[in-house]
Amino acid sequence: MARVLVGVKRVIDYAVKVRVKPDKKGVVTQGVKHSMNPFDEIAVEEAVKLKEKKLASEIIAVSVGPAQSQEVIRTALAMGADRGVHVEVSGDEYELLQPVHVSKILAKLALDEKADLVILGKQAIDDDANQTAQMTAAVLDWPQGTFCNKVEKTDAGLTISREIDGGLETIKTKIPAVLSADLRLNTPRYATLPNIMKAKKKPLKKVTAKDLGVDTTPRIEIISVEDPPVRQAGALVADVDALVAKLKEGGHI
Amino acid sequence: MFAVNTRNIMRSGFIQRFKSTLVVAEHNNEVLNPITLNAITAAQKIGDVTVLVAGTKCGPASEAVAKVAGVAKVLVAENAAFKGFTAESLTPLILAAQSQFKFTHILAGASAFGKNVLPRVAAKLDVSPISEIIDIKSEDTFVRTIYAGNAILTLKSKDPVKVITVRGTNFPPAATTGGSGTVEQAPTGDYASSLSEFVSQELTKSDRPELTGAKVIVSGGRGLKSGDNFKLLYDLADKFGGAVGASRAAVDAGFVPNDLQIGQTGKIVAPELYIAVGISGAIQHLAGMKDSKTIVAINKDPEAPIFQVADVGLVADLFKAVPELTGKL
Repeated sequence: MARVLVGVKRVIDYAVKVRVKPDKKGVVTQGVKHSMNPFDEIAVEEAVKLKEKKLASEIIAVSVGPAQSQEVIRTALAMGADRGVHVEVSGDEYELLQPVHVSKILAKLALDEKADLVILGKQAIDDDANQTAQMTAAVLDWPQGTFCNKVEKTDAGLTISREIDGGLETIKTKIPAVLSADLRLNTPRYATLPNIMKAKKKPLKKVTAKDLGVDTTPRIEIISVEDPPVRQAGALVADVDALVAKLKEGGHI
Repeated sequence: MFAVNTRNIMRSGFIQRFKSTLVVAEHNNEVLNPITLNAITAAQKIGDVTVLVAGTKCGPASEAVAKVAGVAKVLVAENAAFKGFTAESLTPLILAAQSQFKFTHILAGASAFGKNVLPRVAAKLDVSPISEIIDIKSEDTFVRTIYAGNAILTLKSKDPVKVITVRGTNFPPAATTGGSGTVEQAPTGDYASSLSEFVSQELTKSDRPELTGAKVIVSGGRGLKSGDNFKLLYDLADKFGGAVGASRAAVDAGFVPNDLQIGQTGKIVAPELYIAVGISGAIQHLAGMKDSKTIVAINKDPEAPIFQVADVGLVADLFKAVPELTGKL
């Protein structure tokens, strides 16, 4: 029976159109709807499924971030995680916190909690880094199963189907391992009201990066955050003939 | 004027002498993946270029890379350990090359391969990797997109070694002829990893051009209603010798395989012509195609957000418009 650590990140909701701050040092986060990173919901769902199949004994949901990160831990608990760990990082420090820091935090927790499996999302939709799982695996010297499409437990370890550029790929890894969830791994469940109520009573431990012995000194300096170039507005055409004419005009045919 | 020129020459000489880049080549033991050529262009902006070719059969890729303009050296590591190009076997090789040659920058294309391997290397070097750069301002200052391409971040890396993946569509491919890189053996070692093992690949077979390099892409969304209806798009794409892509909705609905997905979490493309058919234009999809030169949208919903980025829009039923368009080309 395996113990599973899942990493969850609180990000600006995927449907929100972000706005760049006037000082060009970031995007506006205050008063903006946040939710769990969509890939992390898939990671939590996979962990809960493993528990339902009696392949996992306990699920620990971890989030690194400011106080509000506890919301996404509660969501994970409502989906079926057993307990939470909130690694608190102050707002200013969080602006420059990167996968290099988070992976060390997760690796330390994985060892402290004696996890056999770490499941993360393949990328956070805010920084779009796609690094944390790979780096956590490296810190732990564990195998990595990135961009998972399907995960099966075998006697020897795991058989994983991965989403790659040309299609799919199957690999086998030993356990312990670090996995990153792609979109098609599963369909995350909705937390029901009774489960949301129950989640409020589940244990949630708070620690700091310092408690875990992880140095969070920034590795980058943000020079600027700017709006992308705006495309020139195009025109509607009346029918297919007009479309063909436009394509000719553009030299495409 | 003479003095200025001398200064410029000295400055470029300075960069050439002290900055050395390693590009990790991507190949499939048969051919070099074109994204490697884009990564080489990015690497050339920084300094001397060495390319590492690792695999179970390195002949074709290393010969191709040695001829690429601007490549000074090719390191070859042919070993059964690299079957399936697993991150667990390649990472110690890259670290061995790094400890021998002390590169200042390690780069690869931001493909599934590069994204899988480079962060593992960066963690071992205890540096913060920089994903999918779209521009290089200087040896330590890079530009990348965040929030699905809705903000552009310029960052300065403080790490001693910069580990970088390169968005292929933002750097032109390096010329495949004119180079004369020396070919050397990469540092040898016991790279076989017992942690993971490659089993098999199930690749989507297609005669059409590869999506990320195609000049024309016809892409379908939920509006296609079924996988069979994608034939309409294949017929249209054939008229252009183009590729076919899809939105996440079309992939999730099982119309087409996942490797056709264009968007924030799929492939990033920037063709000459992108024809979006039955695609609403969600933020996540736009992230993958809004750098296309010309965008055409065919959608029956005049309110669809895709029309806000399209150069040419046609409000029509795709089941009538697409066959008509194909017929008239």
